[in-house]
Order: sequence, then C-alpha cells, then structure tokens
Amino acid sequence: MLEALTLILVCQLVGEVSVLITGLPVPGPVLGMLLLLAWLFLRGGVPESVGRAADALLAHLSLLFVPAGVGVLVHWERMRGQWAAIAAALVLGTLITLAVTALTMKAVTRLTGRGGSDNG
Amino acid sequence: MADDPFTTLWVYLAASPLLWLSLTLVCYLIALRIYRLGGESPWFNPVAIAVALLIGLLLLTDTPYQTYFDGAQFVHFLLGPATVSLAIPLYRERHRLQRLALPIVAALLAAVLTAASSAIGLGALLGASTETLISLAPKSVTAPVAMGISEKLGGLPSLTAVLVVSTGIVGAVLGTGLFRLLGIRDDAIKGFALGATSHGIGTARAFQVSPVMGAFAGLAMALSALVTALLLPPLLARFMASGG
Repeated sequence: MLEALTLILVCQLVGEVSVLITGLPVPGPVLGMLLLLAWLFLRGGVPESVGRAADALLAHLSLLFVPAGVGVLVHWERMRGQWAAIAAALVLGTLITLAVTALTMKAVTRLTGRGGSDNG
Repeated sequence: MADDPFTTLWVYLAASPLLWLSLTLVCYLIALRIYRLGGESPWFNPVAIAVALLIGLLLLTDTPYQTYFDGAQFVHFLLGPATVSLAIPLYRERHRLQRLALPIVAALLAAVLTAASSAIGLGALLGASTETLISLAPKSVTAPVAMGISEKLGGLPSLTAVLVVSTGIVGAVLGTGLFRLLGIRDDAIKGFALGATSHGIGTARAFQVSPVMGAFAGLAMALSALVTALLLPPLLARFMASGG
C-alpha cells in the first residue's frame, strides 16, 4: 500500500515538475496519469497493491470535491451579480453537453455496427 | 466570555486543521446516509448535501472559508493523486477502448467542444465577464485539471472549482431523466456521457447505477481531462485574441 501510494505521488510530482520546467500546456496530474499509464503498459499489468490504492482513492471521489464546493461562499457576490449567465451555462450547458455526447456516441456506435456494451 | 470553557475549547479547536477536516468527513457521511434514505435518488446528491451542511456550519459559527480550507485542504489535495489514479481504470478498460475506439473518439471530441462552447456561448449571451467566461470554459473536467487550465488562461481557479462541482452535481442530478427522455438505454453510452460532462461526481453517480456505466464514466472522465487540457488552452487563446 505504501509503495503504491508513493508511486502515485511520485508520478504526480514528476508530472508537476515537468510542466513547470517545460511549460507544457497540460496540468501536472494529467501528465502524471500518462506516466503511470505508460508504466502500466511497460509492466504489462496492474500490481495488486496499486490497483487497491487507486480503487480506494476513486471509491470516494465525490468526497474530494466537497472542499472546493464550499468555496461557493467566497464567490457568492460575483455569482449573484452574474447569476443568469452562470445558471444558464451550468444547467443548459450541462444538459446540452450530456445530450450531444450521448447522441454522438449512439450514432457512431450504430454506424460502425458494434454494440456499446456486452448487454447493450 | 473568554473564560467560558466552551469558548476556550472552541478557540483551541478552531485554530487546528483537525476540526474542519473531521467535520468535512462527518458532513459527507451524513450526506451519504441521507442519499441512501432517499432511495439513492439523484436528487439527494451527496456532494450537494455535504456542501450545504458545511456552508450552514461555517455561517453559523462565523468561520471564514480560509480557516475551513486550512483543515479541508487535506481532502482537496487528494484530487491530484486521484487524477493520476485514473490511469488504472483506463488500463483495465484498454480492450474495450480499442474495440469502441471510433465511437469513443467521436463522443469525446463532441463532449469537449460542446462543453466549452456551450458554457462560453451561454455565458457571453447573458453578459458574464471575461474572467467568469474563462473560469466557466473548463467546468466539465475534474477539478485539478480545470483549475490548472483556468489559471493558465487568466481565469479564477477557485471560481472554476466551484463551477466544476456545480456542473458535476447538475449532471448527476439531471442525467438519468435526460437519458430517459432521449431514449438512451445503453449503459456504456450513459456512463460515457456522464463522465465526460460531469467528471468525478458524474462517475460516482454512474458507479451507483451499474459497474459498466461506472467504468465508462471513469474512462470518459480521464480522456476528457486529457483532451481538454491539450485542446482548450490553444483554442481559447485564439478565441480570446479574435473576438473576446
């Protein structure tokens, strides 16, 4: 477990440092994810401890968003001032994105003639 | 007043990160309990409930957000390692990814471009400021990635974080109903759309519906974080230079 956590943190660290040095337009954690992915492909499998550490982190993913969400307190004034624009972008924008994504995937799946999932 | 034992205790606790870190976890557990009592209906979104409970506590105790965040930052920090961890579901789903490469690439590009352009378009139409527009643009990707993009382009990373969480909640709450309305029944497609639009909060919701839906949501979340990070900054920089 300790090795797995270290591996994940070091991937992120290398990602963040590379972004700082090279000025790549990608956020550090994303580069870290690519590094870890490359490592998994090189190794040809997910070690059990790494799988468990990742599953533990991802199992409570929504908890991790709570502190950022409470930040609405700080931005309350700005958001109230532009509430119509923000509400429209949040609600309509999200519904449009969900619909376009789902319909695109459905159409292309049908065109290429393959089922989306084993039971679908 | 300062001699009152409760006040002394409060002053001690308020100065340490322990209090708000614990309360963040307690409020989240209460929110999960409420979500289960509500039959896991998407309307009882645990993130929304936990945030509401914590805001109530902060207002009640007159605690500034900075004090709260000093404690809660330990939870917030884990978003980075969690983003790195997305490599694992991606690797595990590599065969399915290969098999469905074409629909996935098409849906991914559609999601990334629609998410940013609908947010900027609707925001601009209704008079949002440039700073708000930039902060809105990456709202469909997971928080650390969205905050990084927002910061690079001159938005407000902390505002982006709030908008990211809100987008996650809106997608998780309204997704099920929308898919029913559109006649979309395939769990792979529903999951992919939820993950691409509503990142981790959508993915958490998808996992509660079915494992296939969850796997595809995690996949979409990882891919859209990657593609948005690569595409959005240059596209948005060009857009800002030309018109905004």
